[in-house]
Amino acid sequence: MKPKEQPVIWFQTASCSGCSVSVLNTVSPSIKNVLVDEVVPGTHVNLRFHPTVMAGQGEPALEVLEETAVHKKGKYVLVVEGAIPTGEEGAFGSVGEREETPIPMTEQVENLARDALAVVALGSCAAYGGIPAAAPNPTRAMGVQEFLAARDLKTPVINVPGCPTHPDWFVGTLSHLLLFGPFQPEELDEIGRPKAFYGKLIHDNCPRRAYFEVGKFAKHFGEEGCLYELGCRGPITYADCPLRHWNGGANWCIDSGSPCIGCVEPDFFDLVPLYERLGEESILVLRRDAETSKLRVGRWEAE
Amino acid sequence: MPIRVSIDPLTRIEGHLKIEAVVENGEVKEAHSSGTLFRGFEIILQGRDPRDAQRITQRVCGVCPAAHATAAALNLDSAFGIADRVPDNGRLIRNLILGSNYLQSHILHFYHLAALDFVDVTAVADYEGDDPNLNSLKRFLARGELGPFVPRYEGDYRLSPKANREAVAHYVQALEMRRKAHEMLAIFGGKMPHNMGIMPGGVTENPTVDKITAFLWRLNELHTFIDQVYIPDILALAQAYPDYWEIGAGCGNLLSYGVFDLEGKEPDLTKRQRFYQQGTVSRHLQPGDLVPDQITEYVRHSWFSEETSGQHPSQSETLPRPGKPEGYSWIKAPRYNGQVYEVGPLARILVSYAKGNERVKELVDGVLSAVGATPQALFSVLGRHAARALDCKLVAEAMAEWVLALKPGEPVCADYEVPEEAQGMGLVEAPRGALGHWMEIREGKIAYYQLVVSTSWNASPQDDQGQPGPIEQAIIGTKVRDEANPFEIVRIVRSFDPCLACAVHVMTPQGNTLGKYRVA
Repeated sequence: MKPKEQPVIWFQTASCSGCSVSVLNTVSPSIKNVLVDEVVPGTHVNLRFHPTVMAGQGEPALEVLEETAVHKKGKYVLVVEGAIPTGEEGAFGSVGEREETPIPMTEQVENLARDALAVVALGSCAAYGGIPAAAPNPTRAMGVQEFLAARDLKTPVINVPGCPTHPDWFVGTLSHLLLFGPFQPEELDEIGRPKAFYGKLIHDNCPRRAYFEVGKFAKHFGEEGCLYELGCRGPITYADCPLRHWNGGANWCIDSGSPCIGCVEPDFFDLVPLYERLGEESILVLRRDAETSKLRVGRWEAE
Repeated sequence: MPIRVSIDPLTRIEGHLKIEAVVENGEVKEAHSSGTLFRGFEIILQGRDPRDAQRITQRVCGVCPAAHATAAALNLDSAFGIADRVPDNGRLIRNLILGSNYLQSHILHFYHLAALDFVDVTAVADYEGDDPNLNSLKRFLARGELGPFVPRYEGDYRLSPKANREAVAHYVQALEMRRKAHEMLAIFGGKMPHNMGIMPGGVTENPTVDKITAFLWRLNELHTFIDQVYIPDILALAQAYPDYWEIGAGCGNLLSYGVFDLEGKEPDLTKRQRFYQQGTVSRHLQPGDLVPDQITEYVRHSWFSEETSGQHPSQSETLPRPGKPEGYSWIKAPRYNGQVYEVGPLARILVSYAKGNERVKELVDGVLSAVGATPQALFSVLGRHAARALDCKLVAEAMAEWVLALKPGEPVCADYEVPEEAQGMGLVEAPRGALGHWMEIREGKIAYYQLVVSTSWNASPQDDQGQPGPIEQAIIGTKVRDEANPFEIVRIVRSFDPCLACAVHVMTPQGNTLGKYRVA
């Protein structure tokens, strides 16, 4: 039987393409399985637009966007990779041109998001602004949810942050949409992330946790011990990295002797310098209010 | 009647690029390359802790973050005064992290970015055989929803049906290979993209025997793929498209900063012993030394204030001036000794070749005699692809030696203190060419940070003297057979492996003066 075709548009904004490259690293399913086979039984992901992999370019590629928005109205999944640069009326980023005038990314995202089935904000830039939005945010970049809320667009957004995102988090989110439909509110945390992947504190599952408990702290890179003194954000970062690992299980940040930089959390580059110990005054959590889409800051407290 | 050919977005590269060409009587008369995104990394870096630079600058580009991490770490090593103190383990692991990403980046570039301009995926529709990958692609084609492989340019696909099917099988195999190259990297770098291992002073990861073995065996598999699949595929491509030895010659000047440190005692990066040599080379293979003071950035045709046009990167400001009438791009125009220089694997290979690097010479001469070509033929679309494949092989071979030189139990990172006042410079080669970071520290913070990236060299606009950039020069004069399907232009552009996210100054203002080229 012919599988159902699930149209997907993957749109890059102010990004480094790192999340695309990361998703190419998916192991099971392989990226070939994702693109060509039935990624879940009975459904084939019809990736109609992806700037890094698609054969088409120029006008014919642009037509795919317009055609999908019109003819697959309400049926396509929009993946956004990158922050939305809203400064100077969108002049900091454009994709394609109309009558020889560049089309701002802001306009493209607004048009594509309006009639999407759901938006997957892939990576920390699309979810919360990420590095382009780091202070002083020269291009007034922001995440998709905040961008759409400001335009009163109600399309559901699922945040799948990470710098880059983990391929399993993307494939898992996509598969959830295909197998179980839209995410229920209780399946997402208060900043819009699937709890299945972002529900656990790194610190609680860290293989170096025992060092923390007995107060053995590494003072130099390459030393044994808990990395807290070297700036580790494990105590304020929610992700399953210590259990899932990265790159097909080859390694992950803390196992390579490097402190967690908290890359799945909003504004992770602006908290304190990455290699400074989190002082009590800096142990704050940033959370985006689901209703107002505004960031709010609260003090982190050990459970 | 001149025709304006505009390709926006130019896909299958990293980032956002537009290419415009004016074609008259089937020949390109004018060409302009323009990026369409500005993020402002230099502005974001100001005022931060210098130690954050090698994490932040990686986010410039998800395809070559390891190169930015390396450039930033070398920059910090020099600013912190520890350029001669990085332990051997740290130096070697940096080489392995960067080298693994060379393999990943080159394989991705050839098979997944460039090959679709030459290979007809739809040839698999007639496949009769038992390769499971080709059969699943055949089922995919039969279902009729052909994204992301269609739409595409139609016409000039010259491989035989059998060769096309083989190439498609290799496209799928290469997806696995590039993934494994990232796994190699993660063994020593924690994760990838955006490795966590490279630091000022060295790296964070301790080499252990299990890591050495796990790295080595993935490397063996990659090495076999490069020798038995990648290089033969380049030669097969050259047979089917021999005219591309002559298309896209470019400016003829090549520049390489050299890369992969073979020793850690010489603090001057222009003198440090490297696997690939530092320097320049002309089309006649005349070598020259690398003098970083000769690097300048011009902005007359970029949307920036001209106050610092022609200055060295340690002095050049980035002050946007949208609407400046002479401007047509937001990429600055880096020049060396006032001249236009191309960077990339071709530059790396030919600089080392001209400087008498025996390993490089033997390999390049072997390939050239096999295809009956001179080194000058390498200044072309096919030459750039061939150089990239040879680069991949040379780095794979070298990594097999470096990984076995690691000494478990010995230090990986030198200690340092962040100085109150200092200046730094980090020069390295990204997979796609020369990459330089410059910085100044004041009061212990980053006061100034400037990146001059490979794609700024290659995709640069005209400079103050009116000299077009390397990609523009490579396109101008090209015969285009079909303006609606301008294969020649996109094949030339992709042969440079552009990475637009890296070209940090790039942006498109609203209402730019494209009217200048309006010819309809």
